[in-house]
Amino acid sequence: MLLRLVFRNLLRHKLRTGLTLCGICVAILSFGLLRTVISAWYAGVEASSANRLITRNSISLTFPLPLSYLERIRGVEGVKTVSYGNWFGGIYIEEKNFFANFAVEPRTYLELYSEYLLPEDQKQVFLRDRRACIVGRKLAKRFDWKVGDLITLRGTIFPGNWEFVLRGIYSGRDSRVDESQFFLHWDYLNESLKKRKSVMTDQVGIYILSVANPEHAAETAERVDRIFRNSYAETLTETEKAFQLGFVALTEAILMVIQLVSFVVIVIIMAVAANSMSMSVRERLGEYAVFKTLGFGGTYLATMILGESLFIALLGGTGGVLLTFPAAKIFLNYLGDYFPVFFVTGQTVIFQGLAALAVGVAAAVLPTWRSVRIPIIQALGRIG
Amino acid sequence: MGLLFFYSLRNLFTRRLTTVLTASGMALVVFVFASILMLAEGLQKTLVETGSSDNVVVIRRSSGSEVQSGVDRVQASIVETVPEATSGPRGRPLLAKELVVLITMEKRESGSRANVVIRGISEDSFLLRPQVRVSVGRTPKPGSSEIIIGRSIEKGFQGADLGKSLFFAMRSWTIVGVFDAGSTGFSSEIWGDVDQLMQAFRRPVYSSVLFRLRESADFDEVKSRLESDPRLTLEAKRETIYYKDQSEMMAKFLRILGFSLTIVFSIGAVVGGMITMYASVANRTREIGTLRALGFRRASILTAFLAESLFLGLLGGTAGLFFASFLQFFTVSTTNFQTFSELAFRFSLDVSITLKAMAFALGMGFVGGILPALRASGMEIVDALREA
Repeated sequence: MLLRLVFRNLLRHKLRTGLTLCGICVAILSFGLLRTVISAWYAGVEASSANRLITRNSISLTFPLPLSYLERIRGVEGVKTVSYGNWFGGIYIEEKNFFANFAVEPRTYLELYSEYLLPEDQKQVFLRDRRACIVGRKLAKRFDWKVGDLITLRGTIFPGNWEFVLRGIYSGRDSRVDESQFFLHWDYLNESLKKRKSVMTDQVGIYILSVANPEHAAETAERVDRIFRNSYAETLTETEKAFQLGFVALTEAILMVIQLVSFVVIVIIMAVAANSMSMSVRERLGEYAVFKTLGFGGTYLATMILGESLFIALLGGTGGVLLTFPAAKIFLNYLGDYFPVFFVTGQTVIFQGLAALAVGVAAAVLPTWRSVRIPIIQALGRIG
Repeated sequence: MGLLFFYSLRNLFTRRLTTVLTASGMALVVFVFASILMLAEGLQKTLVETGSSDNVVVIRRSSGSEVQSGVDRVQASIVETVPEATSGPRGRPLLAKELVVLITMEKRESGSRANVVIRGISEDSFLLRPQVRVSVGRTPKPGSSEIIIGRSIEKGFQGADLGKSLFFAMRSWTIVGVFDAGSTGFSSEIWGDVDQLMQAFRRPVYSSVLFRLRESADFDEVKSRLESDPRLTLEAKRETIYYKDQSEMMAKFLRILGFSLTIVFSIGAVVGGMITMYASVANRTREIGTLRALGFRRASILTAFLAESLFLGLLGGTAGLFFASFLQFFTVSTTNFQTFSELAFRFSLDVSITLKAMAFALGMGFVGGILPALRASGMEIVDALREA
């Protein structure tokens, strides 16, 4: 009986129910998209491994460390493998084709980042050829690159045009891996700089260390930094996660705005849903008075109103969740350059569901309170 | 007509809860719309005002920003001889060879690390940038380990207080002054003597050369001469263009974000407005019938309901803008990824944003109200009066 009443009430104003449904659907969809943008921000943090440490110059990331630190870091207790690399900062044809490109020591780097899956034959060719480069699957798709292609990058930090031969295309072990990076041989960069008599030779941007036991990461980091204390290039060693979080923190103001806005959208839709519920309830106050006269209690009325509100919210919410997936795909097409890793997480879907639930409950509170409290005589005597 | 207008207004008043809910939904949308516009405007204003169009920045070709650029001493002294530069107080060209490096500092509130620009300045640097004024203390003495900090740095970063020292590049640097550069990017910088800083950071090259043109129109000639000189691997840009280029990526990001958010939000608010207006039409069917019977025309009914909806929009828009205007007291400090350094800017509200936001609010009111108003005006007198 209760359920039937809820359904009948829903269908009384088809247009209003439809509009509210549509509003909630859009709100939940945009909430989901915003949460996805936020989780894309943290993609680097999510993808980081607990047993990797990053050592960099303590002044700032733009200052290099000497190559001579390599052997000394390797000798530190607890350190297993050490690799190193530079932000290359090359531009492919024009600025808007931005992608991350690093000059790395390839053998150790691929060993440390075992989540980058590169076919064995491609790997061997890449390691042997100094002018070779490898790129992620998404990046190769974006520019339609094939193995064997010549790629020219214009250097912003290291002047000139740099030519590379594409020798391999890596894919990620799971969806968290950034498949839009470009790697070249650090040796090739360094030798070329030497030939040009550059002052930037034998300089390393960051060292990447792996530790045998993640529990000892903090002590190992401390040990590395202690060696170089009071030297002209002091180091700052932190876990890869902390390093990536540092990048997120740089833009935390924007991140906060997005986070705030994602809640504002829910508040807006709460106002809309509460509005349509309170209108429905106001129209039916006379009927509720009849219910009360017949002996139905406040709980019954409350369940009826809450049920209606929840039904609309959850139906709209489901629609919103289902639409999030195709919408995220479209979004990715436009903003793929900003966010290399962009997908809807399970957590986002749960949040969406909770938000829909909250909207449903919040929208019903005021009208319910009103209809339960109002005296029968007043409700019956009320017009429109 | 006047009567109908008051009829609409009093209707809004009678259904206070509904009016407040709908209007506050719209107010939130307008708030978000206005705040994003204000943010993008503030960013652009900051970076455009940072430059002056008579100043020319010379950096290494295709480096894009001063941070990545390097101009060695030989090249810098060739640039120094440009005849088009205006002359300074000492009879030499008004020109500054500068160093730009980034250091990591901790923010006051969150304790998170951000990259701050350290600018090594020459004697003419202050003259070239008249918008930079020393507000407390004095300028650093040439050849000393003294620094002067921008106002946003003083506000935002730990240890950045007048009289204290900052430790970087194996030296401690005394803060002898604070400068105010208005709403420009310089407010987020630290300035010190260029030779001292180059020595301390072991950077043998300058980052950029800045000079002022005697005649602004000479720019093209200077540019082509500097860029075709075989001894130089540099490029010249007007300072205004240089800073505008640096804000491009972030401004584009803010714009995409802003517009997609606004579109989505406005759908929600329009739906809310439509629900309200449909209900208010449905509730008043008999009243509408009566009005028609009294001789009011269809067009008048349409106008009355549309006016009600527009008034809702107006109410929402005003409230939204009212709250958005308080944002002007807030400063946003974030990293510009093109320069990889911290930049502080304010929300800035101007007439065009106000007009856009109001137009947007009224637009929402119109879209939400037109269909219900059409329904109201389309009713037949007899049917409307018969309605229970």
